[in-house]
Amino acid sequence: MATVDSPADFGIERRRSGLVDYITTTDHKKIGILYLYTAVAFFLVAGALALVMRAELAAPGLQVVDNQTYNELFTMHGTAMMFFFVVPLALAFANYFVPLHIGAPDVAFPRLNALTYWMFVLAGLTAFSGFATSGGAAPFGWTGYVPLSESTYSPSVGADLWIMGLLLSGVSGTLGAVNFMATIFGMRAPGMTMFRLPIFVWNIIVTSALIMFTFPVLTAALSMLFIDRNMGGHFFDPKVGGDPILWQHLFWFFGHPEVYIAILPFFGVVTEIIPVFSRKPLFGYRGFVFATLLIGAYSFSVWAHHMFTTGAVDGPFFSATSMLIAVPTGIKFFNWIATMWRGKIRLRTPMLFCMGFLFMFLMGGITGVFLASPPIDFAVHDTYYVVGHMHYVLFGGSVFAIFAGIYYWAPKMFGRMMNERLGKVHFWLMLLGFNVTFFPMFQLGLNGMVRRIADYPAETGFAPMNLLASIGSAIIGLSVLVFVYNFFMSKRRGMPAGNDPWEGYTLEWATTSPPPHHNFTRLPPIRSQQPVFDETQQAQRESRG
Amino acid sequence: MMSGHATGSERRVPSTLLGMILFISSEVMFFGSLFGAYFTIRGNAGAWPPGGTPELDALRTGLFSIPLLASSVTQQLGLLALKKQDSRGLIRWTVITILLGAIFLLNQGVEYAQLSSEGFTVSTNVFATLFFTMTGFHGLHVFAGLVVLGLIVSKARRGHFSAQRHGPAEAAGYYWHFVDVVWIFLFSVLYLLQ
Repeated sequence: MATVDSPADFGIERRRSGLVDYITTTDHKKIGILYLYTAVAFFLVAGALALVMRAELAAPGLQVVDNQTYNELFTMHGTAMMFFFVVPLALAFANYFVPLHIGAPDVAFPRLNALTYWMFVLAGLTAFSGFATSGGAAPFGWTGYVPLSESTYSPSVGADLWIMGLLLSGVSGTLGAVNFMATIFGMRAPGMTMFRLPIFVWNIIVTSALIMFTFPVLTAALSMLFIDRNMGGHFFDPKVGGDPILWQHLFWFFGHPEVYIAILPFFGVVTEIIPVFSRKPLFGYRGFVFATLLIGAYSFSVWAHHMFTTGAVDGPFFSATSMLIAVPTGIKFFNWIATMWRGKIRLRTPMLFCMGFLFMFLMGGITGVFLASPPIDFAVHDTYYVVGHMHYVLFGGSVFAIFAGIYYWAPKMFGRMMNERLGKVHFWLMLLGFNVTFFPMFQLGLNGMVRRIADYPAETGFAPMNLLASIGSAIIGLSVLVFVYNFFMSKRRGMPAGNDPWEGYTLEWATTSPPPHHNFTRLPPIRSQQPVFDETQQAQRESRG
Repeated sequence: MMSGHATGSERRVPSTLLGMILFISSEVMFFGSLFGAYFTIRGNAGAWPPGGTPELDALRTGLFSIPLLASSVTQQLGLLALKKQDSRGLIRWTVITILLGAIFLLNQGVEYAQLSSEGFTVSTNVFATLFFTMTGFHGLHVFAGLVVLGLIVSKARRGHFSAQRHGPAEAAGYYWHFVDVVWIFLFSVLYLLQ
């Protein structure tokens, strides 16, 4: 059985010149690449903001930026990483690979898909344009707590631009989620039943559901804040019967599912990669699916663990629900490890990043269980312990998995392999830099260093560990430069990838790299979760017999 | 945008309808948040509505709600006509639907003008903020619905729909019914549950 390779498909792809084509495209693959580039651009910008913060914190005293600028830096760092990098990068992978995974020629609403991308670009630019105004960008943290974000304390127009940017990104995300759900439920190829979907696609289903049900809550909260700031509203004004805690409830009802929106797609990525590089089928497929659904469902019942110190929420209840989330996550860890158990593990760059993900996310998860306990939370609330925890989850977790996904899928998207040696340099530098930066933060937090403050007195003794963290951040910066160089160099001069460089299991490996406009010239029969693996196995049997 | 690519025999719900149902469920969360804010703030309050709130004319707004509720029926009649191959019937009933929706919006505008002439605006008190935000967002949704129904009419006139191809018209109907249902809750909470 020969696979159909038609080089002519490449010619059709390059009909129109690049730029115009990309601006007007409704092809899910090109939109996916646009999402990838734009999200990585925001990652670089937001990362640069973090490097400036670390430079400021390297020693006591104010050397690099003033207090106001520092406030703008951490606000826009968090905002950009959450709204303009991690979630859009999930959408980049989902755009490119969901239709390929389910054997479809495109998404359900291609034009809506293009619209959501351009709304996201506008959203990011709007939020960042605050830096160009005289009052500067929004200065109140990515959580936008009232009363700090009300016009009394943050009168700058940058704050309103932040609100409008997030409103746009919320609408864009909601429409995108609707599109993926309609695609997955309506456009699967014959034979692709729900329980044969790749785990990545299952994770996109749950992520889309979370986006659909929580982004509108943020939209409502932001609208209220906008009305308070600009039309004399009183939603969050306790003087006349408004309720500042209401903001926290609405924000975290969105905000906690948001962190699952920021991790679940990448659980999916890791779950695609580990079996392929262990040369074994995934252990416990259905367990994975139900664990993912459970995490999605639980995520609606844990938001108030961000609000223990308000004293206005039921601590034991939200503590219990939060700790319960460790159970489905534990199932996933068990399954990942069981998949690797006795496999023929190939330690290529994507697999290295997956293993880095397993270790780092585990530490993030365990420190999260501590934080879910109210007595501990009261002690370390708003300290660097929280900063350390969430970076182990979102950087050690999501970002490591994002790089695993890029190294795994770039050959499919661009037709060329990324350089393996540089990939490994990137991995080890990033792992080192990451731990040097964020591990000291746990100790700093336990010692009482609070977050979101530009300076600390020398007599606190915080200086050595802060210097260490700042050195680590420079190593992370260096590792990212290695990645950027590798990416562009490999895209031009890398080894041609061929259809299936990793001997993959899922349908994206059954077509050319990059795939033709309509994705597939033929589909292998779909009788399991790994149709491409089945077909190569059968071909081997036939050639032997 | 409305035309999905049919790839296999396994598609169950047409993408357009499925997309609309999912979109509406996200809208439920949006209005749900506004209601959540309302009941949180009301639960904190001693007296409700707070001082400075004029008597709302529940009877008049109630009467003007009838056209909006009726417009759900007329929208559905248009869809039934289309399913019997009568696309002129679709156009006729949809135009009536638009007119009924416009009557509702017109009254909302008049009511806003009267309230603000009595000095009752967004900033008067916390009830005013809630009242104008909730009814305002609903009004925007009605307006968006009128635009969508207008597009349906213009597409129908160019012969885009038939008994077999009625997805977008039906999806627009789902949205319109949703906007109606939201109004029933809004009216009950803001005007009757004083």
